[in-house]
Amino acid sequence: MGDEVRVPIASDLDIVVARAEGRKMALQTGFSHTDATLVATAISEVARNILTHAREGLVSITASIGDDFAEIQVVATDEGPGIRDLDLAMRDGYSTSGGLGLGLPGIRRLMDEFQVSSEEGKGTEVSMTKWRRL
Amino acid sequence: MPVPILKQGDFLIATVQSALSDREVLQLQDDLAERVGTFRSQGVILDVTALDIMDSFVSRAFRAMALMAKLKGAETVIVGIQPEVAFALVQLGLTLEGVNTALDLEEGLAFLRGLAKRRRDGR
Repeated sequence: MGDEVRVPIASDLDIVVARAEGRKMALQTGFSHTDATLVATAISEVARNILTHAREGLVSITASIGDDFAEIQVVATDEGPGIRDLDLAMRDGYSTSGGLGLGLPGIRRLMDEFQVSSEEGKGTEVSMTKWRRL
Repeated sequence: MPVPILKQGDFLIATVQSALSDREVLQLQDDLAERVGTFRSQGVILDVTALDIMDSFVSRAFRAMALMAKLKGAETVIVGIQPEVAFALVQLGLTLEGVNTALDLEEGLAFLRGLAKRRRDGR
């Protein structure tokens, strides 16, 4: 099993904390500097999505090492307005907020696994994982 | 911590010292725009060697800084982008289009000096 760090997101300073934690955990789990940077960048993007769309939420980062692989899982949750059309939101270049973020497709490319679930009016959960073979 | 901006002749050199919050990025944007005007600078070097991450917000803000400086007659060069950071930018699909980049401070200064010389010579 592994470690978990939970970072509440409510201001731009929390984004800095969340991505620094993600990088630290990725490095501790044996990921390369490149992969740790990709993880940290992805965390920065999902944390910013929380701030932009929901004002506050939570990023939890879990590192675990299995028999033949290690992984970093990041789950970003908020109780914001939710995403009306997930298919549309996953399309490259689509944005509802005037283009300051980069959309979910860009974040997906940084990670190995990427899932979004969302309910309008209830909130959004983004779950993403980067793994490496041991 | 605000990003220090040094005046070096006709150029300004802004050296990022540590991770930047959004607020600090916007502060840098304002400071640079103001100083380009005050010092009538011809060029700006933005040294990001210490940045271990450039997400969409930062890269868009840097691009906006470069465009603002250009409207005031100064050319901007971003120097010192770390290889991992460059890789992440490419994966994200961010291109920093229209922004000059150079390997390090030395190359960046050489680039700006070359530009200034061509400007003086009227080419």
